[in-house]
Amino acid sequence: MSRAIVEAIGTEMRENEEVFYMGEDVADYGGIFDSTQGLLEEFGHDRIVDVPISETAYLGAAVGAAQQGMRPIAELMFVDFFGVAMDQIYNNMAKNTYMSGGAVNVPMVMTTAVGGTYNDAAQHSQTLYGTFAHLPGMKVVVPATAYDAKGLMHNAIRDDDPVVYMYHKRLMGLGWLPAPDGPKTPVPETDYTIPFGRADVKREGSDATVVTLGLHVHRALDAAAALAEDGIEAEVIDLRTLVPLDRETVIESVRKTGRLVVVDEDYRSFGLTGEIVASVTDEALDALEAVERVALPDVPIPYARSLETEVIPGATDIEAAVRATR
Amino acid sequence: MYADMVTARYYEERLQEEYLEGKQPKFDISAGPIPGELHLAAGQEAAAAGVCAHLRDDDTVTAPHRPHHVAIAKGVDLKRMTAEIFGRETGLGSGKGGHMHLFDPEVNFACSGIIAQGCPPAAGAGLAAKKRNTDSVAVAYLGEGAIDQGGFLESLNFAAVHDLPVVFVVEDNDWAISMPQERVTDVESAASRAGGFEVAGVAVDHDDAVAVYEAAREAVGRARDGNGPTILSVQVHRRMGHFMGDPESYRPDEDREAATERDSIERLAADLRAEGVDDEALAAIRAEAHDRVDEAIEWAKGEPNPDPEAAYEDAFVNPASGVTDTEPDFDLAETGGEER
Repeated sequence: MSRAIVEAIGTEMRENEEVFYMGEDVADYGGIFDSTQGLLEEFGHDRIVDVPISETAYLGAAVGAAQQGMRPIAELMFVDFFGVAMDQIYNNMAKNTYMSGGAVNVPMVMTTAVGGTYNDAAQHSQTLYGTFAHLPGMKVVVPATAYDAKGLMHNAIRDDDPVVYMYHKRLMGLGWLPAPDGPKTPVPETDYTIPFGRADVKREGSDATVVTLGLHVHRALDAAAALAEDGIEAEVIDLRTLVPLDRETVIESVRKTGRLVVVDEDYRSFGLTGEIVASVTDEALDALEAVERVALPDVPIPYARSLETEVIPGATDIEAAVRATR
Repeated sequence: MYADMVTARYYEERLQEEYLEGKQPKFDISAGPIPGELHLAAGQEAAAAGVCAHLRDDDTVTAPHRPHHVAIAKGVDLKRMTAEIFGRETGLGSGKGGHMHLFDPEVNFACSGIIAQGCPPAAGAGLAAKKRNTDSVAVAYLGEGAIDQGGFLESLNFAAVHDLPVVFVVEDNDWAISMPQERVTDVESAASRAGGFEVAGVAVDHDDAVAVYEAAREAVGRARDGNGPTILSVQVHRRMGHFMGDPESYRPDEDREAATERDSIERLAADLRAEGVDDEALAAIRAEAHDRVDEAIEWAKGEPNPDPEAAYEDAFVNPASGVTDTEPDFDLAETGGEER
C-alpha cells in the first residue's frame, strides 16, 4: 500500500509545485513506514523536507503555508504523538476555515501511521480514529487497500480542506511488518480519485452487515469467509472515510440484512462503534434485529503478546460477533 | 560506575541476541521472544553511570524510549525490568508497559516513549521536592533530537522560574533516527540552550565517564542545594541503529565506524588501570556483571506470560465500572455544620 500512496504523492508533486512533504525522517530515510520511499531522489530536500522533532512547529507551519495557498503534506510519524501538537491540529488546522467564516482555508494533508498488532505498547499502537473524527473541521481518511490508498491520496491532496490521512502500519507492506494479502490490490498507473464519503462494499452478503475500516476490513473478510462455510453470508462495508461518513450505505445494508456488527481497532466508548450504531438506530431502527460492537475494551494497548491479542479484535472475534447476532 | 557500564553493555548485547531469535533470516518485528521495538544504548553508558552515581533512591529519573542503561545505573530491579522487556507477568509493569515504558517506584524511575515528554514530569518531581522541603532532585534524560521540543523548553523555563532541583541530561549521540544534528539545530551543544533561560549549561566531551561524573557532581549538587536547574549535555555515540532492524542506509559508513572506535568503557578501564586498578579486578567486575545479567535473563524467560484477562486490569487504581460511592463518611450535624 505504501507504494500506491507514494505514487499519488509523486504525481501530485510533479503536477503542482505548491505540493511539498515534510516530517521526521521522511527524506533520507524515506519515512519510517515507507510513506515517502524514493521521493527524495526525484524532488530533493527542498520539497521532501526533514524537520526537527518539533511537531507543534512543523504541523503549525503546514497550516500557515496552506493558508498561503500552498499544499503541504505533513507527516506525524505515529498518531500517538498527536498530543505534542494537538493545538495546531484541532485549534488551527481544523478550525481556521470556520472561524474565518470561510475567508481562509487550509488545504493540507496530515498523514499519520496508526495501529497495533506488533506489540509496541500503549504509546505507539493506537488508531485514534474516533478522536480525529470527533473534532470538527478535518476530513478523516483511512484506506484499507492499495487501490483505495492511491485514489484517496490524490483526492486528499487536491482537496481544499485539511485532511487527516491515517494509514495502518500493518497494511503498508513493510519488510519488517508483514501485511495480510488483502491490501495488495491492482493499482492503475494513471491517476484517479476516490471521492470522500463513499463507503465500499468489500463483500456482499445478506445475513449480517459488518462495518469497519483499515486493517480490520481484512480481518472482517477473513471472518466472512469462515462464516460462509456455515452458510452465513456477511456483507463487509469498508467506510474508507470517517469524515465525511457514508451513513447511507450502512443503513441500506442493514435494511437488507437486519443485523449490524461494527468493528473498530479504536477504543470502544465514545467512538466509531457507537456512532455507527446510533446512525442506524436513528434511521432504521425498525430494520434492526441485532447489534454487536467489537472494539478495544477501553484500556491502553498492552505490550505483552497475550495481552495485546486479547484486546485487539481478531477475525475470530468478528466471526463470533456475527454469530451472536443470529 | 564501571560495573554499571559493563552491566548495561552486556545486558544489551544479550537482549540483542534474544531479540533477534525468530527474526532471522527475515526481520519480522512481531516474531521472537521480545515483543515490539527495541532501542539499544550501546555507546551511551557514560551518560547514565556518570550522572546516576550521584543519585539516591529518593531522587527521580525520567528516561526516554532508550532507557536500559539509565535504568541499570539508577538501580532499577534488573530481574523485573528484564521480565517486563520479555512481556512477562512478573515484569515491572506486569507485561503491560514494555521496554520503552519502565516504571520502578522503589527507585523513582519512570519512562516515556514520546520525545521530550519525560521532562515535564521530572520538573514535577522537582516541584514536589521543593514543596516538601526535601533535598531530593530530579533528572530528565533526553536525546539531542529532543532539544527543540516544547516539552523540554517549557520544562526548562518552568524549572528555571521556580528554581527547581532538576538536571536535564542531554545524551547527544549525533543522530535523531536519520537526522544528523546539524540539519535540525543551529547550536553545536544542547548546553547552549541554557543561556536563553539563564540556567547553568555544561557540555561534556567524548566518552569520558570521569568528566561526566565531575560535571554531574556539580549539577546535582546545585540542584540539591536549591540553586536551580542545569542542562548537562554529554557527547555519546550511537554504535547501532536507532532501533533494532534499522538499516541505517542514511548513515555514512565512516560515521558508524567512528562511533564504534570510541568507547567510554575502554576509556574508563584505562583510567582505572592508570589509578592502579589491576586487570584482574576489572575482569572480576565484568564477570560479576555478566553473571547478574545472565541470571536476570534466564529468570525472566522462565516467568509466565500474563493471563489475557489481566488486560482489563490497571487502567484505574479504582476500577471505573459501576458507580463511585460519593456518600460523605461523616454526619453533618456532628460536624457542627448545617445545610446551606
